[in-house]
Amino acid sequence: MTAAPEIGSARLRSEDARLITGQTNWTDNIQLPGLLHVAFLRSPVAHGRITRIDAEPARGRPGVIAVFTGADFADEQGSLPTAWQVTEDMVLPDHPPVAVEEVRYVGEPVAVVVARDRYLAADALEAIDVDYETLPPVLDMDEAIKEGADLVHADKGTNKSYEWVFAAGDIDAAFRDAPVVIERRYVQQRLIPAAMEPRAVVCSVVGDEYTLWSSTQIPHVLRLMLATVTGIPEHRLRVIAPDVGGGFGSKLQVYGEEVACLLLAKRLGRPVKWTESRSEGNASVHHGRDQIQRLSLAAEADGRIRGLKVDLLADMGAYLMLITPGIPLLGAFMFNGIYKMDAYHFTCSGIFTNKTPTDAYRGAGRPEATFAIERLMDELASELSLDPLEVRRRNWITHEEFPYDTIAGLTYDSGNYEAATEKAHRLFEYDKLRAEQADRRERGDPVQLGIGISTFTEMCGLAPSRVLGSLAFGAGGWEHASVRMLPSGKVEVVTGSSAHGQGHETAWAQIAADRLGVPFEDVRVLHGDTSISPKGMDTYGSRSLAVGGVALYNACEKVIDKARRMAAHMLEADEQDIEFANGTFSVRGVPDQVRTVQEVSLATFLAHDLPEGFEPSLDSDATHDPANFSFPHGTHLCAAEVDTETGFVKLRSYVAVDDIGKVVNPLIVEGQVHGGLAQGIAQALYEEAVYDADGNLTTTTMADYLLPAATDLPTFTTDRTETPATTNPLGVKGVGEAGTIASTPAVVNAIVDALRPYGVADVPMPCTPERVWRACRAGGAQEAGRAGGPEHSPRPGAGGGLGSAGGEA
Amino acid sequence: MIPGAFDYVRPSSLEGALTALRAAGDDGKVIAGGQSLLPLLRLRLAYPEILVDLGSVPELSGVRDEGSSLLVGAMTTHYDVLRDPLIHQHAPLVAAATATVADPAVRHRGTFGGSLAHADPAGDLPAVALAMDAVFVTSSREIPASEFFSDYLTSALEPDEVLLGVRLPKSYAGWGFHYEKFHRTAQAWAIVGVACLVQRSNGEISAARIGLTNMGSTPIRASAVEQAVTGGAANREAFRAAAESAAEGTSPPSDLHGSAEYRRHLVTVLTARALSKAASV
Repeated sequence: MTAAPEIGSARLRSEDARLITGQTNWTDNIQLPGLLHVAFLRSPVAHGRITRIDAEPARGRPGVIAVFTGADFADEQGSLPTAWQVTEDMVLPDHPPVAVEEVRYVGEPVAVVVARDRYLAADALEAIDVDYETLPPVLDMDEAIKEGADLVHADKGTNKSYEWVFAAGDIDAAFRDAPVVIERRYVQQRLIPAAMEPRAVVCSVVGDEYTLWSSTQIPHVLRLMLATVTGIPEHRLRVIAPDVGGGFGSKLQVYGEEVACLLLAKRLGRPVKWTESRSEGNASVHHGRDQIQRLSLAAEADGRIRGLKVDLLADMGAYLMLITPGIPLLGAFMFNGIYKMDAYHFTCSGIFTNKTPTDAYRGAGRPEATFAIERLMDELASELSLDPLEVRRRNWITHEEFPYDTIAGLTYDSGNYEAATEKAHRLFEYDKLRAEQADRRERGDPVQLGIGISTFTEMCGLAPSRVLGSLAFGAGGWEHASVRMLPSGKVEVVTGSSAHGQGHETAWAQIAADRLGVPFEDVRVLHGDTSISPKGMDTYGSRSLAVGGVALYNACEKVIDKARRMAAHMLEADEQDIEFANGTFSVRGVPDQVRTVQEVSLATFLAHDLPEGFEPSLDSDATHDPANFSFPHGTHLCAAEVDTETGFVKLRSYVAVDDIGKVVNPLIVEGQVHGGLAQGIAQALYEEAVYDADGNLTTTTMADYLLPAATDLPTFTTDRTETPATTNPLGVKGVGEAGTIASTPAVVNAIVDALRPYGVADVPMPCTPERVWRACRAGGAQEAGRAGGPEHSPRPGAGGGLGSAGGEA
Repeated sequence: MIPGAFDYVRPSSLEGALTALRAAGDDGKVIAGGQSLLPLLRLRLAYPEILVDLGSVPELSGVRDEGSSLLVGAMTTHYDVLRDPLIHQHAPLVAAATATVADPAVRHRGTFGGSLAHADPAGDLPAVALAMDAVFVTSSREIPASEFFSDYLTSALEPDEVLLGVRLPKSYAGWGFHYEKFHRTAQAWAIVGVACLVQRSNGEISAARIGLTNMGSTPIRASAVEQAVTGGAANREAFRAAAESAAEGTSPPSDLHGSAEYRRHLVTVLTARALSKAASV
């Protein structure tokens, strides 16, 4: 009997029924006896000194149990951690979970109310009286680095946290006498992660045992960091991530609210819960992107790239959080994309501003890099009057050249850019669309057609620990898995990866079922609780499958190795003669002499008759540290109809051909690609965190921070090529971020391509109808790469009277 | 996103509702479907002390044929408006605009009267009511649409006055209609919207009525365009020329989704398009 292989099967996700119907414990659903509710008072000013806080009126409000200010916590709240010291002299300011003397962004916590219910807590916030002596806010990165600029952290004497440089090849030689030099300035606008489930924390203390439930991506990292910050011994702290409704990097964090809830439970001796509201979250969840990119590309007359210079200003926001300073540096190795070049020079300055801190957001550094190089490739094509696909062909690494050592110092193990592009080209009907484009241009159609290309790669599977060490990252990049063979033949898998919507419970069960030869239904996957899954590095950076999945694979191999010895004993055969396939051990050449893995498991449990010196357990665990990153790639093609009269952009078709190596579950991959595309397209067209001149966040509601729904997106055509990763036994690369990384430049390239005849060389993101319309009007007069613009009005006000909602929680 | 404390009553008769509102004075607020009011409460932008819910007042729901007009009950949901054959027959412009309101969930809870009484110039229905010369029937009087919308989020309704329904004249039978809504995402409010009714005879436009969404603190009639197209040819060139004056007399807002200048441009393009679609040319 040969079952269809589990790895590669498009199984429906077994966790979906409970997630979709809500028959589960989200953190906010958790009820404990005596539970109290927490609300944070947040700074309404971008920069100011707290001169007085009067919390007494709030303490007298009905149902209020306690009110604490930052000063009340000052002795024990510590400073929120940063795990990435990117340079030796990096400026790392103190970051109290609740502000004590000074506030540095709108939304920073300044006091905390604990009350009998959530409503009473929210009402009491209004009774806390705070006086601020306002200080000048630092809002513009270019201004922040000028001599004599106002300072976010006066005691540091600078707004620059660090400057980080990478250089390879002779960059001066590459630019000297270069026939073509393209110079551009692009802006990666600030984005606000919008996970479906807002952040939530519940904390209880019994004796000296603490339990913290949090809607987090990183229960293991969080436990260590919270123990370090609060002094609670690590072994007395249990962190649980129940079902978590998305994160996109925003829950890869150690938040002040988590620390505060621990301190509150400790002080009050009662369990507490905090759940953020959406508008509260928009101001206080860490933000993403926010870079100014100055780019220079030198090329030969035939389009071959000689060298690339990248100079970044990266907005850290007001403080460095868990991996804030490292995020733009994850892009440092990706600006060269899939292309060959002789020289590369990268500089990044991390800048403090009086805005919400930034940190990881889906793609984390790599979307920014991919956007830059893929936009530049289109600009180069335009400069040389070449088809943008042809320019890419002339520069990309060909499939015969793998493994390939890139100019940025990475070794791309595998890939086939030609195959993915050929497939995308065909599915897209590229030539037909080019013909239609020519026709519309000829006719002067007010609706022009543009074709956008993105031939991307990314580094996934974060990360080889030795590489992280060389980058001064504060942890390794391994992942852990264990497999428990239960006496009844069922299997429990424990993983250190921490699912928050991706479908690990299904995919991990498929891997275990495939390797162990047991039915899929017989595998249960456990995760997200430090008492159940004691070791892990959690889920981010498209690392789960390429690192955690491989750890599981290795653990399964160990189980089989043990079981083979036991089976040999049971079959009275030599271990070398035992074959294992489809869950069955047999003796080579004697096919009717078999023992199933379940039989072996039971016999091991009974332990009545074991081989000499055999430990009576098949259970195994494995900790996998990847030898290299993995490098998914793909070719994305986008067709956009641009209404030159209104500036409205309609995406007509979108083809995504991704090469993510071997696939465990094609349905999960499809979901990841669709969601990723929506998110990347949203950066191109819709999303932007906007601050006004005083540093108030104006996009506090969904009416002003626009996210697309299914109705706003085209039908995606997705397909794959399959070039297995050579650096792990599963051949997998990771897919969580691919769609997001690839799609943003594809969309903007399409818009610019549509408007080339109007003299347009760039439209700043998000490409709102007004910006597109203005770009058309400005035409040839447009300064290439100019971002922002005088039209930019920071006033919210989408309608419904919500327009003056700024800053309210 | 947590509202302040408020009291709540749900009377079962109109008289009960009026009594509750009179007792509340300036601190009372009528709630219908809640799709506009609840976000304001949750953002603590409004602090009524008592909400008077009209959901159990039976006579306020449904569409009634009154001979020369329809009376749309104030509590009729958008969803029910969209399903009503009388609306499709006699007021298809209302159906067209209602179909663009927010999303299905909102259309199931939100009401025709609530949306109009909210008097949001970015809402889709006020411009339609204005273009159609609808009449607002309240617990104490009848108010023509031209006098109903007095300012941003402000109608002519008194605090103790309840909107019972809206009378839509049937006089546009045979007119072409279109609602042109421009927004960045399907669920977003209109950056600009154009509600358009045209009467054609012999290749000419014999009458036109145009209401503009989000071009000022109230919905606005594009009177200059109406005059310019009336008596003129029903073709795109004529419409484009006439629509050049669509921004006349408007004072559109500047916000994150568009500057006033952009809106003044947009309204000319959209008005020309609305005319073309309404006139089927």
